[in-house]
Amino acid sequence: MSNRLSTLSKTASVNQIINFSCVDGPGSRLVIFLQGCNYNCKNCHNPHTIDRCDSCGDCIEHCPTQALIMTSTGGKNTIRWNSDLCSECDTCLAVCPRQSSPKTRKYNVDQLLEVIREQNPFISGITVSGGEASLQLHFVSALFQAIKTSDELQHLSCMIDSNGSLSELGWQKLLPYIDGAMIDLKAWQQETHRYITGRDNHKVFRSLKLLSQHNKLYEVRLLQIPGVTDFESEIDALASFLTQLPCETRIKLNAFQHHGVTGEALTWQTCSKDNIERLASQLTARGVKPIILPKVYI
Amino acid sequence: MTLQEKLALIVRDSRLSPKQKSNYLALEADSSLPYLSISEAVTQAKSTGIICDMFEGNAPFKPRYVLPDYAKFLQQGSDYLELQAAQDLDEALNALTIIYHHVPSVTNIPVYLGQLDEILMPFVDGLDEELIYRKIKLFWIMLDRTLPDAFMHVNIGPSDNIICRTILRVDAELKQIAPNLTFMYDPDITPDALLQVAASNICECSKPHIANYPIHKNAYDKQGFGIVSCYNSLPLAGGANTLVRLNLKEVALKADNIEGFFSQTLPHYCQLTYELIEARSKFLHQESHFFDSFLVKEGLIEEQRFAPMFGIYGMAEAVNILLGNPELSEVASEKPSKHYGHNKVANDLGHRISAALDSIVKSTPVTYGYHGRALLHSQGGISLDIDVTPGVRIPYGTEPDPISHIRALAAHHQYYTSGISDILTIDETVKSNPEAMYQLCKGALSLGFREFTANVASNDLVRVTGYMIKLSDIANFKQQGSRTNTTGLGAEAAANTGILNRKPRVTSHEQSPVYAK
Ligand code: SF4
Ligand code: SF4
Repeated sequence: MSNRLSTLSKTASVNQIINFSCVDGPGSRLVIFLQGCNYNCKNCHNPHTIDRCDSCGDCIEHCPTQALIMTSTGGKNTIRWNSDLCSECDTCLAVCPRQSSPKTRKYNVDQLLEVIREQNPFISGITVSGGEASLQLHFVSALFQAIKTSDELQHLSCMIDSNGSLSELGWQKLLPYIDGAMIDLKAWQQETHRYITGRDNHKVFRSLKLLSQHNKLYEVRLLQIPGVTDFESEIDALASFLTQLPCETRIKLNAFQHHGVTGEALTWQTCSKDNIERLASQLTARGVKPIILPKVYI
Repeated sequence: MTLQEKLALIVRDSRLSPKQKSNYLALEADSSLPYLSISEAVTQAKSTGIICDMFEGNAPFKPRYVLPDYAKFLQQGSDYLELQAAQDLDEALNALTIIYHHVPSVTNIPVYLGQLDEILMPFVDGLDEELIYRKIKLFWIMLDRTLPDAFMHVNIGPSDNIICRTILRVDAELKQIAPNLTFMYDPDITPDALLQVAASNICECSKPHIANYPIHKNAYDKQGFGIVSCYNSLPLAGGANTLVRLNLKEVALKADNIEGFFSQTLPHYCQLTYELIEARSKFLHQESHFFDSFLVKEGLIEEQRFAPMFGIYGMAEAVNILLGNPELSEVASEKPSKHYGHNKVANDLGHRISAALDSIVKSTPVTYGYHGRALLHSQGGISLDIDVTPGVRIPYGTEPDPISHIRALAAHHQYYTSGISDILTIDETVKSNPEAMYQLCKGALSLGFREFTANVASNDLVRVTGYMIKLSDIANFKQQGSRTNTTGLGAEAAANTGILNRKPRVTSHEQSPVYAK
């Protein structure tokens, strides 16, 4: 089955790999950011991970170091990025009409396992993030299955960082291999959620329930955007929902900042330390725990 | 400025305590003596900043670092100090408090306080946890207040015991700059849970420093070793008679090319370094009468266990110069680069330089050494080092992520017997996730790191090379001075090397007992 899956899914499009993170799950983690997202959050601080590059080639002439070229195989054009030549000036991101990135790399499961093996002495586990990691479900489950069945890697915890939009069937595929999930709850009310992300949040609630039933809900993340999110106006409903989650589930509050954000969201007010502490104390007063506050406000 | 003018400035300085003034006056007196006799070539190399004697004084009358055998002292007492053998924990702590005031070093304060858990464990029978905690806590406060110098260093571990755990508890609670603390880790002896406690402490207060016990232990004989001052590993019951350091950046500037560097320039300046080492240690051993002291007579130290430290710094600049790489700016540090710390060719050249130094130091005899040799040391720099990076470190502000950082430097660690300090600055998000620190530490040690040291961004207590300073003290120092001797050094490092402008990282600084207004 593992072979069939990895041949089926073949490769994943990876935007970035971070060797060492202490904020994406327990312990020190290797984080794999996959390209592509099905939400279109106004506040996205990494907007060029949303759309897949369609190799239109518009960015090529803008690259000052000729790190981008077009190759063609069987009449199909694909853009290639040479990281040795790239100076990370990010001009290509700025000019892309799809807000995408040519600087992604394709990995198959074996290639990623190689990267993981190399970092093995330093890490407690792997987190796949995005974009929206669950869009490349087959790849992710093949990767995690390979980790969990490898003698030398199976001690690594496998976590997924997701917007919660995956279907129940999809989660069933992942559940046997993941140790936990971190899910964003972007807003309480349907309209607010739609305003921020362009999508409903029914599936998010379903994912939260399903994961908690299987004891796989590691963390729920609430991004507080003053005047935009509705956590404060819906505090009672929100708190009573959160208190029904398993008591180990961490509730993590994040404070909206302008870093990396584009467009309309730049006019939104950023979230201060006071603001987040007020939200935290309202939740605590209603019995929500444990709450994790941001360590940095940048 | 004439000597008298300088002395007048010192006595009038409103920020210095009387004791601090006495120290600076003594140092000035010392450096007004004629320098030991050395050749023209060495004088030249000294005055042009290629070789440096670390301001140890023109006529050294005490070793740089002294590591008495405190276990023996507690067991036998001391005729000279009129002390009986210690019978219980109170007597042991009291005896230590007394002897510390008689152990000299370059800073005038002991730099080694002992393997405290091992030497105090014989005295804990029948005492409950809370009582031990209260006694250790008072002892810790006493150390910080009476021996105010963060080069003063305690060792604990690798075994799990009540004193070790209590010291970790007290240290995290008090967050004092002194004493400095090294935790020895041995994967065969130390339980993971104890290393986790140590890792959580690092997140709290950037202490302790973690030493790779098996590597250090194998470098010395059965009598053992200790870690003193900032990351100096030295024979127990001995120490370092002197530390002379070589500026690899300047050596590289004198070389025509890489091969010339290895075949001529480096050996030539190493030879001059040895000449200075010989002159300094001969004076100490033959003329200063230091080795007539009670520490020797009572067997707490042995003359033949002292060795000179052969220090080096500026590896990063040397490599970049030899490869023709222009200076790397902090802004460009995230970009692909050919520089030391980022690129395999550059890193490999660095390792080759370390290997060459190692073979020189292992094959060059000295008159007063450990088994007749000096010990190679990656030197943490002093506050007066400008535009040159300590030891073999990656320049501040240009470090890659912590794991790439560790990988780039791991191969150096095998060579630096008397210590090497690479300080990783970890972003403050680690505070809510100490397990990440633990993993990183384990990974580094498993790759051959001799010592693992991390500063956590945003902690008030941060490390400047090996010693600790409080950022809040520095802020006050300019107006009020400080009770703690090392704050002045930290303030100077902050002004000269810009440590505080960047992500809080660490400078280089071991000891710079120079009066600077
Ligand atoms: S960031 Fe993009 S535009 Fe800039 S050098 Fe790299 S590939 Fe070219
Ligand atoms: S990154 Fe954007 S501009 Fe460049 S090829 Fe892809 S879609 Fe076109």
